[in-house]
Amino acid sequence: MKKQIQLLSIAFLAFSLPVLAQDNAGLKLPEGFKANLYANNIGGARHIAITKSGVIFAKLNNPNKEGNSIVRLEDANNDGVADKINGWAKYGGTGIFVKGNSLYASSNEAIFKYELNSKDEVVNPLAPVTIVSGLIDRRQHNSKSITFDMANNIYVNIGAYSNACQEKDRMPGSQGMMPCPILDSAGGIWKFDGSKENQTYKDGKRYGTGLRNVIGLDWNTNSNQLYVAQHGRDQLNSFYPNLYSDAQNAEIPAETFYEIKEGDNAGWPYVYYDPSQHKKIVSPEYGGDSKKEGSSEFKEPAVAFPAHMAPMAVLFYTGNQFPAKYKNGAFISFHGSWNRAPLPQEGFFVAFVPFKDGKAIGEWEIFANGFAGTENGAKIANPSKAKARPCGLAQGPDGSIFVSDDTKGAIFKISYSK
Amino acid sequence: MVNLLMNRAIKIILLSCFLVIAQYSNAQNKINGKKIYETRCLVCHQSDGGGVPNMNPPLDGATNVNGKDIARLVKIIRNGYDERIALDGMYYNNAMAANPDLKEDAIADVLTYIRTSWSNKAGVVTTSQVKAALLKNKAAKK
Ligand code: HEC
Repeated sequence: MKKQIQLLSIAFLAFSLPVLAQDNAGLKLPEGFKANLYANNIGGARHIAITKSGVIFAKLNNPNKEGNSIVRLEDANNDGVADKINGWAKYGGTGIFVKGNSLYASSNEAIFKYELNSKDEVVNPLAPVTIVSGLIDRRQHNSKSITFDMANNIYVNIGAYSNACQEKDRMPGSQGMMPCPILDSAGGIWKFDGSKENQTYKDGKRYGTGLRNVIGLDWNTNSNQLYVAQHGRDQLNSFYPNLYSDAQNAEIPAETFYEIKEGDNAGWPYVYYDPSQHKKIVSPEYGGDSKKEGSSEFKEPAVAFPAHMAPMAVLFYTGNQFPAKYKNGAFISFHGSWNRAPLPQEGFFVAFVPFKDGKAIGEWEIFANGFAGTENGAKIANPSKAKARPCGLAQGPDGSIFVSDDTKGAIFKISYSK
Repeated sequence: MVNLLMNRAIKIILLSCFLVIAQYSNAQNKINGKKIYETRCLVCHQSDGGGVPNMNPPLDGATNVNGKDIARLVKIIRNGYDERIALDGMYYNNAMAANPDLKEDAIADVLTYIRTSWSNKAGVVTTSQVKAALLKNKAAKK
């Protein structure tokens, strides 16, 4: 009898495993984790933020079909799927953050503040308070992500409107400008007072510099420090084919994850990080030859990820639902590359970086994969073919995490149970 | 009578020679255009011409690429493009660099390639069309 039950349960497992694997909204996850589609087709969802009661706000790249660029989602019947969805606002953008009873959202040049009532509904959708405005938007790398420290300061990335600070952007043979004038007003993280209205550059402070384009940033409340993930420069092979082959360009430079203290300089545009040499290398626009090492004044990355995968959000996990190893570690979403062409693209997953005593330790790993939706996880040649591209990350009140997609606008919910 | 037949035969032979040569040079154009595309354009517009969502526009199926305004296409290739206008209803964030060193025949070849590849079935672009477009663009600048 016992044996029969064993056999039965093995047969049941063999039958149910592939079914379960197919479920999970198409994602591949570590054992014990499951995923489902919390929402879909809400419009290209960049960052997401969650209130204490579990209401999700998603900032859209552009207004969706209904003409809204901020969407509020609520799972009122608690079945893991949003059942109350509405929205407002006309401005595209990326950043969104919930702090107490305030909701902050960013356009590509400003940061606005809304007030939430006791049901986490926005009281003043049409009349937000302007916290910061006049931030540089020259299209390239214009999204303004935001996070807060444990006091009430906002940190916002202002991406460099350039690839490598050449005199003529992305023009073969054009030299790098010395010093790079872009760094005065972009290519770094700026700090503002979260409670003061109508601030602009002169009211803020450049907190960290030499960062080409940061989209993912988060405050590590455990070590009380800012962490940012940079998008490394493009096109080494197309500008310097005699220094970099297509295959080398596909691996150089690393996408870098930094712990940023006030005044830190990560070195863009003067250096880039070569993951195979484990070194900061002088950019060819500044006299580099693919080997010459850059100045040691520039920051070392905490983690170097494979090139061009485009880190979109950082989330330090403070929940209790996931196994202990995830506590205080960092999840990082990767949009998926385009600059590895003609080689196949990489990314389209959420990675995990373990932390101990406030420092990144050990090897990073792929946490959730399969967003691109290819058969059997096949490589993708062209990013426009990816079904979903991971972007925003947020942690729910029960310790589940949510991942947004900025193609059609899916939101995945990932949970763990023993 | 014999003469007349001869005459016709010669005409037919000449015509077919011409057609074969024309076909051959179109194919040559496209091969050269593909080479230029792979070294200068593929990184942004991708091997399938599908572009990169929100960053670089698709060329496959794009209205302008398949359209009649050759002068505009020539100008984009020569001078680069950063206009912040909607292309088939979408906006793109990257900036396209100029190609000042691409000669007239090379511009014709790469335009021929993008207009006749993937699902695109617009016509070839000739060197003389490119020359005319450059003159027109120059006149418009003055
Ligand atoms: C650095 C990336 C990049 C490279 C390299 C590049 N392009 Fe572009 N291209 C763009 C971007 C971005 C736009 C749209 C710019 C805008 O919206 O202002 C564009 C626009 C175009 C358009 C207009 C499309 C339309 O629908 O009107 C054409 C045609 C084009 N590119 C062809 C080419 C060709 C041919 C090459 C190679 C010679 C090339 N591009 C190289 C980024 C690039």
